Amino acid sequence: MAAKDELGARGERLAERHLLRQGLTLLDRNWRCPQGEIDLVLRDGDEVVFVEVKTRSSVAFGHPLEAITAAKLARLRRLAGAWCEAHPGAGRIRIDAVAVIAPRDLPAVIEHLERVF
Amino acid sequence: MAIGRAHAISLLGLEGAVVEIEADISNNLPAFVLIGLPDAALGEARDRVRSAAGNSGLPLPSRKLTVNLSPAALPKHGSGFDLGIAMAALAADGQVSTESVARVVHLGELGLDGRLRPLAGILPAVLAAVRAGFGTVVVPAGNADEAALVPGVRVVPVVSLRDAAIWHGAELEPIPLEALMPAVPMAALDDSGDLADVIGNPDAVEAMQVAAAGGHHVYLLGPPGAGKTMLAARLPGLLPDLTAEEALEVASIRSLAGIPVRGGLSTRPPLEAPHHTASAAAIVGGGSGVIRPGAAARAAHGVLFLDEAPEFAPAALDALRQPLESGVIAISRATATARFPARFQLVLAANPCPCGNSGTRDGDCRCTAMAVRRYLGRLSGPLLDRVDIRMDVHRITAGQLRASAELPRLSTVAARERILVARATAAERLRATPWRVNAHVAGSWLRSPVGAPARGATAALDRALERGGITMRGYDRVLRLAWTLCDLDGTSRPGADHIGRALYLRKAAR
Repeated sequence: MAAKDELGARGERLAERHLLRQGLTLLDRNWRCPQGEIDLVLRDGDEVVFVEVKTRSSVAFGHPLEAITAAKLARLRRLAGAWCEAHPGAGRIRIDAVAVIAPRDLPAVIEHLERVF
Repeated sequence: MAIGRAHAISLLGLEGAVVEIEADISNNLPAFVLIGLPDAALGEARDRVRSAAGNSGLPLPSRKLTVNLSPAALPKHGSGFDLGIAMAALAADGQVSTESVARVVHLGELGLDGRLRPLAGILPAVLAAVRAGFGTVVVPAGNADEAALVPGVRVVPVVSLRDAAIWHGAELEPIPLEALMPAVPMAALDDSGDLADVIGNPDAVEAMQVAAAGGHHVYLLGPPGAGKTMLAARLPGLLPDLTAEEALEVASIRSLAGIPVRGGLSTRPPLEAPHHTASAAAIVGGGSGVIRPGAAARAAHGVLFLDEAPEFAPAALDALRQPLESGVIAISRATATARFPARFQLVLAANPCPCGNSGTRDGDCRCTAMAVRRYLGRLSGPLLDRVDIRMDVHRITAGQLRASAELPRLSTVAARERILVARATAAERLRATPWRVNAHVAGSWLRSPVGAPARGATAALDRALERGGITMRGYDRVLRLAWTLCDLDGTSRPGADHIGRALYLRKAAR
């Protein structure tokens, strides 16, 4: 596993733990379809939450949230549509972003933004 | 999160409007949205502000930052809003005091390193801020001298965004940086010279003094080398000092034109001498985005000298007709109309024909009569009709040069004394009217009991009017000139002699 993939996987684990602690329940992890992959799908009350997790080891090359571009958000929206087709009766949905700054050997900083789209 | 508020000034011509800058930070993906009709240069403030803030040790949060410039319908131009936008954003983020930022006007363009660059038009912007009731302005250190010319305002010069934030209560250590200064223009040579340098042409020397005393426009006609330019350059030196208000207006226009104002307010009237290839826009002002003053506005309260006047484009010359009449230049664009003051004294100089030798004794003119007529015909009748003094200037002969050593010649200082007295007399007489100099008074005043010349003095003039040698407008102009001559002589009312000399000054040139 490449170092960047390892960091990404660690970030997704940290984000998942953070969200579960907030009272959300996990529906899917790394859900794949021909159009791509959703990092996390959770339920928050009556809403289905699609989460894009972005992890960086430092902000030297920009904040992780800055890496979530409009194109990436548009793809996430299409994926959310595909997920809803595969799981009928999903109800209301929302798209969140989670930034994980996880320096080596230091506690990670997690920022969660709701309704980014 | 709180909303940050700051104020800046949007300039339109010399008039400024206060623009309120609101900044809001919302929990969303990082973005910088700037709304409220910014132009391209102002739209780029987003990148300047984010970089400058980061490099000043005050990084903006990685959230969505929305900046609104209000009133939203007023078009805003240029980079002078950078500092205000940055301070509003930092206030919204809680890095500086919100109350402190909202109380003052911020002017300045940011460099990526966080230093502030000097701006054009600081003087009118600070004036507008004072008129809108603000007591404090934060300006780039490079503009501090200029901003300090405005009375009744506290000027806070800052070198960088960091310094501005510290002034507003940010707890940071100041980092000394070298202030960015405006480029220093080459020191203008004081080549106006003394009136005593002019040899010969006593009529023209006298005419220039009459022009200075009464605020009359002048048309000098003569062959090359006769001294037309020399005479015109001496006119600003003959004019009295500007009043404080006029000096501020002159400096404001210079500031708006991007000429740095340094070393205090100049109280000497400006001289503008545009080249004859100047376009109409260069003369009256223009521009699609920021409307900039032209030569006529820069010559306000001073002298506009058009050398080789027939070589100017007819459109450029005729564009002067409206400002000559009203003293104001109004430039209309789709979005707005800018007004500039344009109460200047016009000096036109022309050769008598394309080769320049027509009518001289020493040169042979080979221009056809048609060519001569066409050449002088380029100066339109309506324009020349507004010029009170028309003077022939002759080349000096060897005999005059020898004789000039013995003749007394008036120096600029002595002439100005005489002109100041004449101007004071006219101002005293016109106390109850809106005018201050003879050239501006209306025809009705000239025919009222106060303004009419001595009884019977106008006989020569009446004959000229009857014969059709002069129009009614020309009649009034002769009377105005006669009043100036009378003021220079120190007599109480123009007599037949004054009217005769005024007629000569008006009709001297062909």
